[in-house]
Parts: sequence; C-alpha cells; structure tokens
Amino acid sequence: MHAFGQILRIETRLYLRDFAAPLITIALPLLLLAVFGLIPATREPNPDFGGLSFVQYFAPSLLVITLAMAAVNILPTVLATYRERGVLRRLATTPASPAALLAAQLVISLATILISAVLLVVVGRLAFGVPLPRHPLGFALALVLGTAALLALGLLVAAVARTNKAAQAIAVPLFMLVMFFGGVYVPRFLLPDLLVRIGDYTPPGVQALLDAWTADAPRPLHLAIMAAVAVVAGSAAAKLFRWE
Amino acid sequence: MPVIEVTNLHKRYGDVVAADDVSFTVEAGEIFGILGPNGAGKTTTVECVAGLRVPDRGGVSVLGLDPRRDAARLRQRVGVQLQESQLPDLLRVGEALELYASFYRDPADPAELIERLGLGTKRRTAYKKLSGGQKQRLSIALALVGRPEIAILDELTTGLDPQARRDTWGLVEQVRDSGVTIVLVTHFMEEAERLCDRVAVIDRGRVVALDSPAGLVSRVAPEQRVRFRPSAPVDDRLFTDLPQVTGVNRTGRQVVVTGTGDVLHAVTSVLARNQIIAADLRLEQSTLDDAFVELTGHRPAE
Repeated sequence: MHAFGQILRIETRLYLRDFAAPLITIALPLLLLAVFGLIPATREPNPDFGGLSFVQYFAPSLLVITLAMAAVNILPTVLATYRERGVLRRLATTPASPAALLAAQLVISLATILISAVLLVVVGRLAFGVPLPRHPLGFALALVLGTAALLALGLLVAAVARTNKAAQAIAVPLFMLVMFFGGVYVPRFLLPDLLVRIGDYTPPGVQALLDAWTADAPRPLHLAIMAAVAVVAGSAAAKLFRWE
Repeated sequence: MPVIEVTNLHKRYGDVVAADDVSFTVEAGEIFGILGPNGAGKTTTVECVAGLRVPDRGGVSVLGLDPRRDAARLRQRVGVQLQESQLPDLLRVGEALELYASFYRDPADPAELIERLGLGTKRRTAYKKLSGGQKQRLSIALALVGRPEIAILDELTTGLDPQARRDTWGLVEQVRDSGVTIVLVTHFMEEAERLCDRVAVIDRGRVVALDSPAGLVSRVAPEQRVRFRPSAPVDDRLFTDLPQVTGVNRTGRQVVVTGTGDVLHAVTSVLARNQIIAADLRLEQSTLDDAFVELTGHRPAE
C-alpha cells in the first residue's frame, strides 16, 4: 500500500508536469462551454433540441472530450510507453509491483473524469443556465458505465500495442471515433439519423448522459451496452496485458 | 559460500533455445562476469536469476531462496539493473531515487547515494535531460537504493563513451568494496578483464569456460610476442637458442619473436650483448579477446 501511495503521488506529479494532458482533458471542455455559453442565442430553448438550449444539448458532448482524452488517448499511450521503455519491467524487479503503476494511472484517469464532470455540471449551472442533472442517479450510472467502457477499451489498446507508436496508431483513430459519435466534432442534430443511433451505443454513450442530464432515466439498453463493452473489453485486456 | 547457484538451467522461447545448459555459482563478495556474444543467453540467464522468468528445466537458488517462490523476499535483497530499462522522461533524479527507496524496508539514504554516484548537481534534473552516463549512473543507483546483498548489472556500459565507461567501472569497484556481490553481464572483453574476479563465458546457451580473466587468457594462449625492427641484420639462431623462445617470424624488416615467461627480457638482453638496437619494440600479450575467440570460435561482436 505504501508503495502504491508513493507511485500515485509521483505519477500524479508527472501527469500535472506534462501540462498539455490535463489542460486539454479538463480545461478544453470548460473553455468550449464558456465560448458557446457566452453567445446568448445558445442559452435560449430551441425546438431543434426538444426545447433544450444548445448549451444544454451540447454539454454531454463536452464531457465526452474529457472521457475520450483520459481513457482512450492518454491512458493507453502512457502505459504502452512505460512498457516499451522498460519502466514496468524495472518495477517488477523491486518490491513494488508494476500493477501498482497501472492502478495509479487508472486512479488518475478516474479523478480527471470526475473533476471534469463536476466542473462542467457546476459551471454550466452557475454561469450558463444549464440545470443540474434531472435524474442524478441515472446520470451517475451513465457516467460510471460510460467511463468503465472507455477505460476498458483504453486498457485493451494498451494490452495489444507493443510500443508507443503502435498504441497511438490504434488510440488516435479510436479517440476520433469516440469524439465523432459523441457529437464533439459535429453536433449530433446535424448528423444523419443512422449515425446518431450508432452514437447512442458508442462508448461512453452520450445519449444516456443527455437523457439523465436533461430529462429522465437513461434507457436500460444504452446502459447495458456500456456495461457489456466494459466487461468484454476489460476481460480481453486482462487476458492480453503483458508487463513487458 | 555461494550466494547464487545455477544448475543445468534450460530456457526456450518457442523454437529458440535461449539457455541450453547453464551452470555456475557466484561467491559472496565477488564480481562475477557473464560474458558472451549478443544472443548467447546471458540476459535470459540473469532474468531467471532475478525471478523475471521461469526456467523450463534446471535449478536456480539465490541467497538460499527460490527466485519465483520467494520473490517477495528476494526483491528486498537483490538489486537489478536491466538492459535498456528507462524511466519516465519528466521524472527527476531525486524523485526517482526517493520513489524507489520507498519500496524497501531498509533503504539507503537517497541524498547520500546521489552524491556518491556523482549526481549531486542533477537532483532536480528530469530524466530526459541526463546524458547517457548520468542515466546509467542513476540506473545503478536505483539498483543499489534498497541496500541489496546482490546487484545484477546487465550491459552496464553499452552506449557509453570511453570516459563514462571508465567512471562507471570505478563505481562498480566501489560498490563491491562496500560488500555487495555483483553479477555483471557484458559483451565487452575489456570490461570483464578490468572488473571481474571470475568470468563465465556463455556461447550458444552453454557455459564454455569459467575462470578468472587471467586464467582464461593463460589457458588458451600463454604466448607473448615481441615485435621490433633490429638496427643491424640478426640471425634467427640468436633467439631460437633462448629457452623462453618458441618461434621467430619475419615480415619485411620486422622481427616477431614468440615465447613464454620472461621472453621480453631474454630478447632485449641478447640484443644488447650484440650491440643491436631494437626500434619500435612492442610486447603483445594475449587478451581476453583472444581467449574468447579461441573458446567460442568467433569474435565477441558476432
């Protein structure tokens, strides 16, 4: 436990020292929230979004930025780099386990996602008239399952990629898919219906987040798919992951 | 008393036999070299000793313990510096040592170790800003921070410039003098010759010789060569009459006298008596390099 605490402390420091990673992961969604939120028209209810304002409608997609960055971009590349450079192997020769390093990275990803979610909800509420999640339990559940599904995919990338380059080659397209279907690049109301439906089932499940944030409980099927992805990708990652 | 015993170690990866049949013992307090060309099975052997791999056959005992079963206990007592293992770019020297120190029950003082390894001014420097020699010294420091009884150092000086290499050698001797048994994996003859008390030469997964560096050299080629240009014509018989001389060769004006024992003194004496001056006089002795070629049938770099 002592070793894990020390590793978590150092890994957190390294994560913050890198600067670009936390900046994009946490600050970019907030910045975009502010940019859109400062345009008065985006705060008006709009029939295009079922009576929601654009900011309300777009807020879950901002959360997708954090989720995608932390889980399928940063996590797999950091782990693959550590493996490629022998950081994990070296740790295996000490009384500390490389599993502690993996756990520390997961804790950092989770903390990043939680901080970003809280900031988006709170700042959205205080500054830009985005109501707090209407179904808090459903929102928490959708966030937890969406996070679990994406982290499992991130770990699977880290498990199959031998090198940093290989990890990026898989992680970057995956990251872009998650961002696209999460409605980050093009707001979802502009997408054809088929792509929107695919997006409903693409981790982290932006529709479930939107439902719980603005209306009612997320649909069980949306949540079940996320749980299934988390279990399947997670067990595949556990089976394939190598320390060296 | 042996601190490491390896008996009939065999390890294969698929069809590739990495270690065929490796046996040796390492005594407490010595610098034990494992020498061999790339791919000979050196790293596989020490990885089995370090408990990172399980041998397919054969026994490994370290400090009387089994590297797999007693892994947790051995990791407190054995420090390992692996080939090509690096640290995160942004990790600072001081942080790395303090982190690794926190893993051990009775660690060395990181600040003191940093000074001892000549990294005192680099404490706040990020890993990626260190030179090759500094990275290597940090890596050695990490292997030593748990106050190990045994340190395994794999390809310690590969990629270092000659000065950094010599500094690192000095450091290894210092560490041994502090009572740590050292297992040194290398493919540099010069390194083995300078540092090791005993050397196991591994080739194609087998130990082909095990002796002190001098013992290895004398075993395969006890001869010395005296090479010079005489100031006046000399008769071969002048040298062949000497008991120490085994042969005389000429290339152009150059004479090469081969012999054993005190052949240099014998040759220079006989030249002086005949008032002949030897220009460009050189003594050539067999090196571990020659011994290696003789033992394995190919150059170390092959």
